[in-house]
Amino acid sequence: METALGHGTESQVPEKRTVIARASRGDRIFRRIVAAGALSSLVLLGMIAVFLIVRSGEIFGRFGFDFIFSSDWTAGAEADGSDSTFGVWAMLVGTVLVSLIAVIVALPLAVGAALFIEFYLPERLRSSVRMLVDIAAAVPSVVYGLWAVSIFSGAASSWGELLNRFAGWFPLFGVENEQYDRSPFVAGLVLAIMITPIITSVSREVFSRTPPDLVNASYALGGSRWGAIRSVVLPYGSSGVVGGTMLGLGRALGETIAVYLVLNLVFKPNFRILESQGGNVASLIATKFGEASQYEIKALLAAGFVLFILTMTVNMVATYIVQKSSPLES
Amino acid sequence: MSNLDVQPAPTPIRPWRITPRRVVPQIALAAAGSIIAMVVALLTPLAGFDGWLLIFVPIALVGGYLLARGKGAVATTDAMVANTVVVVAGIAFYPIISLLWTVVSQGLDALLNLNFVSSDMRISGPDDELNMGGAAHALIGTLMMVVIATVITLPLGVLTAVYVTEVRGRMRTLVRFIIQSMSGVPSIVAGLFIYSTVVMGMNRFSGLAGGLALAILMLPTVARTAEEVLKLVPDDLRSASYALGAPQWRTTLFVVLPTVRSGIVTSGILGVARIAGETAPLLLTASYFTATTFSPTEGPVASLPVFTFNLLQSGTEYSFARAWACSLLLLLALFVLFTVARGLSGRDKR
Repeated sequence: METALGHGTESQVPEKRTVIARASRGDRIFRRIVAAGALSSLVLLGMIAVFLIVRSGEIFGRFGFDFIFSSDWTAGAEADGSDSTFGVWAMLVGTVLVSLIAVIVALPLAVGAALFIEFYLPERLRSSVRMLVDIAAAVPSVVYGLWAVSIFSGAASSWGELLNRFAGWFPLFGVENEQYDRSPFVAGLVLAIMITPIITSVSREVFSRTPPDLVNASYALGGSRWGAIRSVVLPYGSSGVVGGTMLGLGRALGETIAVYLVLNLVFKPNFRILESQGGNVASLIATKFGEASQYEIKALLAAGFVLFILTMTVNMVATYIVQKSSPLES
Repeated sequence: MSNLDVQPAPTPIRPWRITPRRVVPQIALAAAGSIIAMVVALLTPLAGFDGWLLIFVPIALVGGYLLARGKGAVATTDAMVANTVVVVAGIAFYPIISLLWTVVSQGLDALLNLNFVSSDMRISGPDDELNMGGAAHALIGTLMMVVIATVITLPLGVLTAVYVTEVRGRMRTLVRFIIQSMSGVPSIVAGLFIYSTVVMGMNRFSGLAGGLALAILMLPTVARTAEEVLKLVPDDLRSASYALGAPQWRTTLFVVLPTVRSGIVTSGILGVARIAGETAPLLLTASYFTATTFSPTEGPVASLPVFTFNLLQSGTEYSFARAWACSLLLLLALFVLFTVARGLSGRDKR
């Protein structure tokens, strides 16, 4: 063999060719159309930022950073806004506070529910429960708001009262007025209920994609169900849980209607979560929009821009983390 | 050898089988726990479901521990985790069940009057009797705006997915990143954007503006689902098409996309489910109108969620009944959409 091959090496082994595949004209047009369509999202996102800032530039120009760091929202009667002051600090505090409560409550519930569906529920029931969760994740916020106003907020405010009675010494749980409804605590719980199905749905999806070989290998080594979950499923699915949580957090940061319905809008930064005052940027916009003057509309657009930047930052950081930490998804 | 033949075959142990010995104590524990909790909840101020839960959870956890004790540390931890997971899942599902149940039971009241889906609120007020007026205007408005959003979004979403999976252009990482981030755009910001462009430009609220605002929220869902679907197409199909001499555009249009036709439909359905109930952006773009309108450009249009929101704010008994009925309509729509999506999802994988 060797001799046969070695005999005329120089003439027989072909030279390496460089293959140049030139796309046909049809393909070039096709690619251009597809690229244009794909870049529309990029253009759209840019346009949102540009239009909001252009239309509200006057507000940022006049108030500067005070628009973000002051908490006074007074819409005057003058058309040029000379007697108006706008600041969203209290609303920003409220946004973050309510969303944090929501995520802290929802995350353990959602991970538990996702594990339950994928590893504890009998196989027969699994697909129906999955659909139930998917539907719950898509239930509109106005429906959650309606349910919260008429059913849930009563119970939630009594929990708030209990919490105050037993943990009121802790500054976070103290109150000035003995009134527990329409507080950030109640709103946070409503948002938690809203985003739990979203986080559950995403986490469940990732958990269900754990390679069965790995799970079975863990059982074969004598591991219990919890052993398999702890050492295979959770590490494998952690980036999915983070992704789902960020999706839920994004939804909570921008939630309008449910917060509008269950939270008192007060323009004062409030860290006492049981106190009946708070607000968030999105519900501020919905509240003031109806009767706003031209000048106040500009301030609302500015508030929208601040909210946009806040959520985009959170989202991009999260997307970056998830895409970095999951080598399986190229 | 003969020695072995004589012995009877051992009975298989089958340790995974669910035997009465394993299940009965569990059921007994759950039953005893819930009865004790019920008694306590009835006799003490800890009333209602939350009081019951407060008693039941510790009983279930401690009881579960006692039952599992003596089988070794691993088994005990496993049982404790199993009990915790079940309790946590119960707490997570309870509000969902409560919500669905309330919507169905409260919503039927107004929905059972046929005029609720056939007439609008042109001559009826929100607190009129339930046999007057209805949500026809809102239904038609929602339908109109969802159609506008779908017509815009579906092609863009599919193009985005094709760019990422088929063309694999240079900017595909960036495009995926942007689409992912776009799913975090707050719905009210999408509304504000359309308000500051379309509504300010046309100088009036309109169904078109509403549809555009919804399209912004729908695009990420459609693009991401379509991408997932296109990834399922086996490479063999593409290679076979190229081997027959087809250029990329023919391969994509006549081989890849037809293979996942129902998957593309699913992506559209999930997108519609995402936006059908959006309230905040429509408040700023389509606003609300009491009569049925079919024109997407001539002024405000009603929609189910905004109608619900308005009813909620009038706050009377009949307006709440109407709001529940609107919610029920939205839930029914979701149910139909998800059932169709589930029916379609199995089809492409052959």
